[in-house]
Amino acid sequence: MSRPQSESTPGLIAPPLTTASLTSTFTTSSMSRRSLFKGALGAAALVGLPGFLAACGSGSSSSGAGATGQGATGAVSYGSNQSDAVPKKSIADMVTAYQQQSGGVTVSVNTIDHNSFQENINNYLQGNPDDVYTWFSGYRMRFFADKGLAGDISGVWDGISGMGDALKTASTSTDGKQYFVPATTYPWAVFYRPSVFKAKGYQVPKTMDDFYKLTAQMKTDKLIPLAFADKDGWPAMGTFDQLNLRINGYDFHVSLMAGKENWADQKVKKVFDAWRKLLEVSQPDSLGRTWQESAQSVQKNDAAMLVQGMFMAQQFTKGADQEDLDFFGFPEIDSNIGTDAIEAPIDGNMMAARPKNEAGAKNFLAYLATPAAQQLLVSADPSVIATNTNADTSGYTALQKKAVDFIGAAKNISQFLDRDTRPDFASTVMIPALQTFITTPSDVDGLVNSIQNQAKTIFVS
Amino acid sequence: MVDTAVPLTAPADSTRSTNRPERKRKVRRLTGRDKLTVAFMVVVPSIVVLGLIWLPAIASVVLSFTRWNGIGTLQGSDFIGGENYVNVTTIYPPFWPAIQHNLIWLAVMFFVATPIGMFLAVLLDKEMRGGRIYQTALFLPVVLSLALIGFIWQLIFSRDQGLLNAVTGSQIDWFGDQKYNLWAALVATTWRQVGYIMLLYLAGLKAVDASLREAAAIDGATEGQAFFRVVLPVLRPINIIVLVVTFIESLRAFDLVWIINKGRNGLELISTLVTQNVVGEASRIGFGSALATFMLVISSIFIALYLRVVMKGDER
Repeated sequence: MSRPQSESTPGLIAPPLTTASLTSTFTTSSMSRRSLFKGALGAAALVGLPGFLAACGSGSSSSGAGATGQGATGAVSYGSNQSDAVPKKSIADMVTAYQQQSGGVTVSVNTIDHNSFQENINNYLQGNPDDVYTWFSGYRMRFFADKGLAGDISGVWDGISGMGDALKTASTSTDGKQYFVPATTYPWAVFYRPSVFKAKGYQVPKTMDDFYKLTAQMKTDKLIPLAFADKDGWPAMGTFDQLNLRINGYDFHVSLMAGKENWADQKVKKVFDAWRKLLEVSQPDSLGRTWQESAQSVQKNDAAMLVQGMFMAQQFTKGADQEDLDFFGFPEIDSNIGTDAIEAPIDGNMMAARPKNEAGAKNFLAYLATPAAQQLLVSADPSVIATNTNADTSGYTALQKKAVDFIGAAKNISQFLDRDTRPDFASTVMIPALQTFITTPSDVDGLVNSIQNQAKTIFVS
Repeated sequence: MVDTAVPLTAPADSTRSTNRPERKRKVRRLTGRDKLTVAFMVVVPSIVVLGLIWLPAIASVVLSFTRWNGIGTLQGSDFIGGENYVNVTTIYPPFWPAIQHNLIWLAVMFFVATPIGMFLAVLLDKEMRGGRIYQTALFLPVVLSLALIGFIWQLIFSRDQGLLNAVTGSQIDWFGDQKYNLWAALVATTWRQVGYIMLLYLAGLKAVDASLREAAAIDGATEGQAFFRVVLPVLRPINIIVLVVTFIESLRAFDLVWIINKGRNGLELISTLVTQNVVGEASRIGFGSALATFMLVISSIFIALYLRVVMKGDER
């Protein structure tokens, strides 16, 4: 059934983020979380201070900017995968707002069913793509940029303000040019109901020991400690990422996803061993359950927690129900690794390699980077946040505000397993492998050897 | 599809060879227009068959020896010989389960769905009261697309929210547990297939001459004997159609499991593996083509067997 608009790809295919974009570190120093967020939001991390300052410097909107987008006129076609009613309307609102101030550029939106868009992206881009189209950052962007199927929009980036170097890195391909304009992002974390925690006197766990003490208590209280679903194949990737980030750290995650590490390594086995223990407190029969159903078991207070993206808020009714949803970062497992690496995929827009109206497309993309445009998107879907730090957050829900702080405080940000590695590897190897693990968690050696054998044949080209 | 080409060429040949001596005078020479028509009738189907069936099939086989990702020209891809085939059979875990599941699927369609459909047709043929209502009810699933059937059965088989667990109070994960999900999917498919088979047999039974049954009854045959010894042999054309339908439905089984869980976790079928590898954002076209070639070979075996049976029957 439907998957979250912003979520990866579940089903079939999905590409990921590569190394370089993610590898960067940021020293927390004395800046406040908030200011830190301004520069670092979203993507990987800050590479240097200048970018950070630049990001904070200007509060003005950058619409119409971008070296080659100025003074553009004519029609631009926009391929949108936002096919659900609510986001579809927010796109329409945004386009209307753009046309009122574009000075002659008109945009025709071509909405394509979300899943079809993803599954056909290959043919779409090689055929007759729209001038501007929705896509994802990181490896998934880079894969197509490297094949010459995306347009260079470095000029547009020169005029963008409110997006720090971290976001720029996540929008940059291997050739050092930008091909992507970030729009929204959302974190993966452990979600729970504060009202339940309060009623039962539970404390948010900081370490894995706390976590297991908490789950033992939940079991005696007749609650399923951790909801879990993996029918669609991708949600379990999130749990793998969280464990891997906590046990082996961000850099290992990046090189493992890039095919530079051996999957049969002791480090990967440790992740699966830790996961086997986690499965004991997880909801059983996860392979017959969709992520929506697992989110609903938290919503109905059958289960206490869920490792999921913030899009799980979509399963909660707006208002009081949604306000009673909170999250905490995945607990610490190794104190040498800590908890400052998190996962937060970025969604955004790209330009066709040979757009029919290049100036118009760039003008429109520049607008898509503005706080005004992003606010229109975010107001429709309170399970994501704007990537532009100048966006007005006063209308944010408590959950969105927390996400802003959470992402801002992170040192390293991964994208998601299927956005951080080769798409063919994620969908044809990792999904079946993780499902095999969930069915038979005992045979870790056989599993990691099988993954490694297949990885060897895929990471050659 | 292969046989479409055959009838078009064969008659032309046979008339010429058998009738040559005595009728030569009477047959007018073909006019230019006739020749054009004949040429057209031969060439167009040939192009269609070649272009839509043989070329893609051969292209798949060729692609299966490469490592092509579907982007750009084929020149840029590596030719890697039989590596894809080696990988499919040795290190690709879903492959052997998929072969097994396809065979189970065929067996269930053949030994469960077909007899049930036949049985229901015989019952409905008895002109019982309300027969049309039953007939409509049983045929209804056939009208639905398999995708829709997938959704309907999810509502029944869902672990947490499904009808079956709610009514029986069980906690079985019908579509998630490998012990059950293939059989649960087969129940859903059978549900649909039975209606189809039933309708085919019902049409056949209506056409059976009533005097045959009377004669059998007068000779003292029981109802069962009359059916298996008299009626069923008369239904031979229908039996062949049913056989073909069963083979086709089993080999192309795809939609339902794709809707359930994209053909993973116990529901692997060769068709879903091909799709997983070939369709999508960034594809392993070479690897997927190797899987498709396996499917082609398996289909060819069944098609060859089937054609042999049919051809032999016609000669008799």
